[in-house]
Amino acid sequence: MSTSALPKSVDGMLELLNARGYFAERSLATVAYLSLRMGRPLFLEGEAGVGKTEIAKVLSAALGRKLIRLQCYEGLDVASAVYEWSSAAQMIAIRLAEAAGDTDREQLSSDIFAERFLIKRPLLQALEPDVAGAPVLLIDELDRADEAFEAYLLEILSDFQVTIPEFGTIKAPQPPIVIITSNRTREIHDALKRRCLYHWVDYPEAERELAIVKSRVPGISAKLSQQVVRFVQALRDQDFYKSPGVAETIDWATALTELDARSLTPQLVGDTLGALLKYQDDIARMQGDTLQKVLKDATSEN
Amino acid sequence: MTTIDHLNPPIGHMADNVVGFARALRAAGLPVGPGSVIDALSALQLIEIGHRADVYATLEAIFVKRHEHALIFAQAFDLFFRAAEDWKHMLDSVPLPDHAKKKPPPASRRVQEALAQPSMREEAQETEQQELRLSVSDKEILQRKDFAQMSAAEIAEVTRAIANMKLPQAELRTRRYQPDAKGLKLDMRRTLRSSLRTGGEIIDIRKLGRIEKPAPIVALLDISGSMSEYTRLFLHFLHAITDARKRVSVFLFGTRLTNVTRALRAKDPDEALASCSSSVEDWAGGTRIATSLHSFNKLWGRRVLGQGAIVLLISDGLEREADAKLAFEMDRLHRSCRRLIWLNPLLRYSGFEAKAQGIKMMLPHVDEFRPVHNLTSMEGLIEALSAPPPPHHMSRIRSAA
Repeated sequence: MSTSALPKSVDGMLELLNARGYFAERSLATVAYLSLRMGRPLFLEGEAGVGKTEIAKVLSAALGRKLIRLQCYEGLDVASAVYEWSSAAQMIAIRLAEAAGDTDREQLSSDIFAERFLIKRPLLQALEPDVAGAPVLLIDELDRADEAFEAYLLEILSDFQVTIPEFGTIKAPQPPIVIITSNRTREIHDALKRRCLYHWVDYPEAERELAIVKSRVPGISAKLSQQVVRFVQALRDQDFYKSPGVAETIDWATALTELDARSLTPQLVGDTLGALLKYQDDIARMQGDTLQKVLKDATSEN
Repeated sequence: MTTIDHLNPPIGHMADNVVGFARALRAAGLPVGPGSVIDALSALQLIEIGHRADVYATLEAIFVKRHEHALIFAQAFDLFFRAAEDWKHMLDSVPLPDHAKKKPPPASRRVQEALAQPSMREEAQETEQQELRLSVSDKEILQRKDFAQMSAAEIAEVTRAIANMKLPQAELRTRRYQPDAKGLKLDMRRTLRSSLRTGGEIIDIRKLGRIEKPAPIVALLDISGSMSEYTRLFLHFLHAITDARKRVSVFLFGTRLTNVTRALRAKDPDEALASCSSSVEDWAGGTRIATSLHSFNKLWGRRVLGQGAIVLLISDGLEREADAKLAFEMDRLHRSCRRLIWLNPLLRYSGFEAKAQGIKMMLPHVDEFRPVHNLTSMEGLIEALSAPPPPHHMSRIRSAA
C-alpha cells in the first residue's frame, strides 16, 4: 500500500473520491475534507444503501490507510469492541510460574497483565501507530449498539485514548480517521454528535446515480442504465416502506445485465423486483397498474 | 459561484458574522453552543470562503446535528447571508419560534391560583393531611370515578396520584453482562484478578449476569375531539412515566402525527404539557387513525420500536373512514413491536361492543385491549406492564371496567 497525501482542497477531495468510483456530492466532499483536516470524526446519517459505509472503504483505499471496521450490534461491549485479556494464556502463565516455584504476587500480576496477553479489538487497533499513517476507523451502524456503548465511545472520540485498569492508558500517536454511520433506527445522543461533523447522506439525483451505475456495472448498455436509473428514481417518489438505495440500484443493474437484458419489460421487472424492493407489502403494491405506469415513464423517451 | 463580500476581509467581520449567524440559529431553536462557533471559525479557515456551497456545507456539518434541523438551517443561511449590508437587520427579523418569545412561565398560573385561595396556608401541610381528609370510601370513589366526570379539584387529585405511580423498572433482559453473584456466565477477568491475591490459586469464582433494564415504551395518544376529556390526564400519566425512565417516546395524533417526546421531558408537568400543546396543530379536531399510523410506521417505526418496545395505543378507535388501510397499518405496527396494548376509554361501558368499523378493523391486531378511564384501570395497566408479555394473540381484559 502506498500512502497518498491528504487532499489540499475540496476539489482535491472530489477528485480523490471520483478516481475511486465514488461520485460524491460536493457537500459530502466538503465535509469529508474538513473531517480530515480538522481531525474530527465524520458522522454520516441516512437511509440504508446510500453509500455511507462505502466512503470509508474508498477513503482508506485512496489514502492507502488500513481500514478497521467495527460493526455495531445490540450488546456490543468493551470486550468485543476494545480489548480483552486472553484468560487461557494467563492461566497457563500462572501455572508455569507455580511450577517454577515462583509465587511473588507483585511479579505475577505485572507478568500476566502484560501486552502479550492483551487481545486487541478494532477500537484499540485503531489507536495503534501504523507506518502508512493513522488508519481509517469505520464504526458502522452505531444506532444498533446500545446507549451504554455510545457513552463509552465519547472518551475515545474526543481524546483518542483508552484506559485499561490493569495496564494503563493507551493514546493514539496520531488520531485515526473516524467515520461513523447510522441508519437512524434510534436517535444518537447529542453529546456524541457534537464531537463529530454531521452530514445527512441523501439519495443521489439521476445524473449522479447514472454515473455510479455506469462505473459499477461496466457491461451495461447506455439505454438500459438510463432506464434503470429513471425507474429507481420514480420508485423513490412512491410511498414505500423502504425505498431502494443506490446499493439496490447497482444490484438490480447487475442482475439485469446478467440476464442479458437490453431494455426493461414488464416481465423482466416483475421477475427481478426483489433486487430493489425488500418488503412484500411494497412488492405487492408495485403490481399491475403502478408498475405499468412507472415502467412507461422510465422507458418512454429513449 | 457567488462571492460573499462580507465574509472576506476586513479581518474580524467573519468572526462577527459567524457569531451572529449562530445566534440567529439558536433563536430559531437549534442547539448551537459556543464550541460549535469556534469549530466553525477554524473550519472556515480551511476552505475557500468565496465558494458559497462550500461555506454552506461546512457550517451545516457543524451547526446541524439532526436531519430535522437541516431545513431551518437552510432558511436561516439564505436569510442571513443574503446581503452584506443588512445582515444585522436580518438578524432581528429571523422569525422566532413560539417558545423563544417571552411569555410568563407556565407555573405562574398555578402560583396565581394558589395565591388567590384564602386557605393557601393550609395547603402547605396538604401532603400529610390529604390521607386523613379522604376517607376510605372517598378514595374508593375517586379511584373508580370516570376521568370524564371529574371536577377540577378531583382532577388535581388524580394528577397527583398519577405522578406517584411507579412503573416497573426492569423488565427486559439485555445482551450485556454485569458482575452478578447469581449470574450464569463465568467472569474470567475478575476471577483471574482475584486469584492473584492467592498466588494464582482460584478460590472464588466470579460470575456475570445479564443486565436488565426497562423496555422502551412508545405511546400513541389520540387527541381528537372525542377524546378531549381524557387527553390531559393521559398526558400527565405519560409525563409521569417519561420522567421516571429514559426510553419513552410519545406521539400525539388527531389528523396528523406529532412527536412530543422532547416536549414532555421538561421536569415540571405544566411546562411539559404547555410545550406539548404548543407543538400540536390539530388539538381536539378530527381523527385520521390510518393516516397517522401510516406516518408513524414510515417515519418513526424503525427508529423507536427497535429495542423490543411496548406500544400503548390510546384511542377510542372512533373513525368514520375506516378501510383496509387502517387494518394494514395496524398489522404493520403490530408486527414491528414486542407488544401492542390498546387502551380504550370506551370500554368502561359494560355493554360496550365493537360495532364501529374502525374498532373492528383494529381489534384483530392488538395483543391486549384494556379499559383506561379511571385510576384503578391505570394502576391495572401498570401491573400489566410489569407482567411478562402474553403469548402473541389477543387477550381481552375487562376486569376493571
